[in-house]
Amino acid sequence: MNDTIVAISDVSKRYAGAVQPALAGVSLDIRRNEFFTLLGPSGCGKTTLLRLIAGFGMPDSGQISLDGKLLGQTPPNLRPINTVFQSYALFPHMSVAENIGFGLEMLGQPRETVRSRVTEMLRLVRLEGMGERRPAQLSGGQQQRVALARALAPAPKVLLLDEPLSALDLKLRREMQIELKRLQTETGITFVFVTHDQEEALAMSDRLAVMRDGVVMQVGSPENLYDRPANLFVAEFIGEANFWNATCLERSGAGGRFAIGTSKAVMPVAEAQGLAEGAKAVLVVRPERITLGAAEPGLLHGTVETAVYRGSDLVVHAALAGGGELRARLPGSIAAAGLIGTATGFAFPADAVRVFPA
Amino acid sequence: MSTVRTSPGLLAAPAALFLIVFMLVPVGLMLYVSTLERGAFGGVNWGQHTAIAYEKLLFERDLAGQIAFNSDYIAIILRSFRLAAVTTAVTLALGIPTALYMASLPPRRAALMLFLVTVPFWTNLLVRNFAWILILRNGGPLDSALATTGLVTPPLDILYTPLATGIGLTYSFLPFMILPIYVALERIDRRLIEAAFDLGADRWRVLSRVVLPLAAPGIAAGAILVFVPCLGAYVSPELLGGGKSLMIGNLIQAQFGASRNWPFGAALALVLLLVLLVALALLASVKRRERLAS
Ligand SMILES: Nc1ncnc2c1ncn2[C@@H]1O[C@H](COP(=O)(O)OP(=O)(O)OP(=O)(O)O)[C@@H](O)[C@H]1O
Ligand SMILES: [Mg+2]
Repeated sequence: MNDTIVAISDVSKRYAGAVQPALAGVSLDIRRNEFFTLLGPSGCGKTTLLRLIAGFGMPDSGQISLDGKLLGQTPPNLRPINTVFQSYALFPHMSVAENIGFGLEMLGQPRETVRSRVTEMLRLVRLEGMGERRPAQLSGGQQQRVALARALAPAPKVLLLDEPLSALDLKLRREMQIELKRLQTETGITFVFVTHDQEEALAMSDRLAVMRDGVVMQVGSPENLYDRPANLFVAEFIGEANFWNATCLERSGAGGRFAIGTSKAVMPVAEAQGLAEGAKAVLVVRPERITLGAAEPGLLHGTVETAVYRGSDLVVHAALAGGGELRARLPGSIAAAGLIGTATGFAFPADAVRVFPA
Repeated sequence: MSTVRTSPGLLAAPAALFLIVFMLVPVGLMLYVSTLERGAFGGVNWGQHTAIAYEKLLFERDLAGQIAFNSDYIAIILRSFRLAAVTTAVTLALGIPTALYMASLPPRRAALMLFLVTVPFWTNLLVRNFAWILILRNGGPLDSALATTGLVTPPLDILYTPLATGIGLTYSFLPFMILPIYVALERIDRRLIEAAFDLGADRWRVLSRVVLPLAAPGIAAGAILVFVPCLGAYVSPELLGGGKSLMIGNLIQAQFGASRNWPFGAALALVLLLVLLVALALLASVKRRERLAS
């Protein structure tokens, strides 16, 4: 069964006067009831895409459909899609309750329905008893909740959230992340969430799309993107990783053996499709996949420069023999004192490596 | 260590001095003059007090010294209020759409429009009202333009009627309506308008529920800036209204000129001031109650 709710196909957009397009052939399928995140560095086109979905502006080419129906020229007020703006954009001349009831009122709901729904929404975002206040009389976090309640009240098919947490301090941000996740599960509304914070994206999303310069680099679940990045950009953008220049020595089956840097270290790799023998490559290994090994020629070894104890783990930096650096996350039970300054061997399983052409 | 202590009172001194010299002293002087006897050839008889100036607002004495009710001055005051109110309403009706249009323009075009709105101020008010005489008079451009449409038969006889005064006042005061409304509109956060659209409001409801309420302070400022000076307007009723639509301003002017009745002129000016103050105070209290109620 196809349970796509928003289908974006080959959408491009260039702002008047701009040289680079803000979006270049973006295609995405957002599924019903999922928490979908657009992740990418500043200026990659996240807001632009969100605005096109909301109906503020039209794509230069390509199409967006909602529930199988093309949205075309439908103006924002006729799309069952609501937005939580980064700046909240609460109406300062209305009370909290009037703000939350605004969307319902615009839909022509009777007064009684509006009132009971507003009460329900206030409870949902834990602002009971604050309905009569003005937005200016609320804290940043409370304003954020009002903005959420206002956008959720008309029960839109899709809720768009453009970096809704970026104005909050770290503690409040953590709280709101949990809150948002709870609201999404409780309401069952599809959330399209924008952020440039990869940790936030990994923690909250069912699926996410990583964007760069108006292009979608990869779409998938957080585990998928973390473990199997499709390209160097995604590998670099999500999580921490070691990047080593390497040369393909030998191919066998799906995998092969690679020489790292100028050292004599030769490591097996489980998957090395698309790389011929002798080709230059970049090996990507997550720090937590690295273990201690024998410090022998032909294996990966180096001198440990720093080892920082973090309770659950020990973060080790080493200078590799033959050039390059290594960052590993070892179990916290290993003693730091015995490592620093000594030549240490490192190892990782063949399936922990991702290889990209250099 | 010596620090100079500046009391808040001292800091407020320049403003207080300004108010005393330019507000309290003249008003006090007017109040005093209004209680004096008029001089036979203009001026007043200093030290001779009488309430006759205030009595004259409502009553007249015939030659035999009998007192009778006289509604002439009340009629002029009422007419002035009516003309000021109508002018305020018309400038509102013209000013709000104009300001909305200006606020929707890109910055450069808006700046040009702003300049065009203020251009009339570069020409003397008298000259501009004279120009309206030429436009409105029988056989003038308006007359002949309307005649060619065939809808009306000339002469229109607009000049020297309250309508002509109204046209002159509207023309003179329209910029005072447009400018504060434009400033208020300009200051509205565009994202609020987008938020309203996003929540399902059509253009009309974005305007009525978000834009206009947020521009309300500017609209109120414009209404006051038009209504108050309109009430005391002198030039337009004098030049365009003829004798038939005298306004308070003209009546007051006459007391210090041809009628040579300074105390009555002063009394009229004070009554006007008082009525305006009461009206503004009422407006302010209504607004305060609204704010408390919501
Ligand atoms: N109104 C506009 N006019 C011209 N160019 C624009 C406009 N809005 C955005 N851009 C450009 O389009 C590109 C994408 O912008 P967009 O706002 O979508 O990025 P973003 O991913 O939301 O970035 P951020 O994380 O900083 O919010 C940028 O290069 C930006 O400079
Ligand atoms: Mg953005």
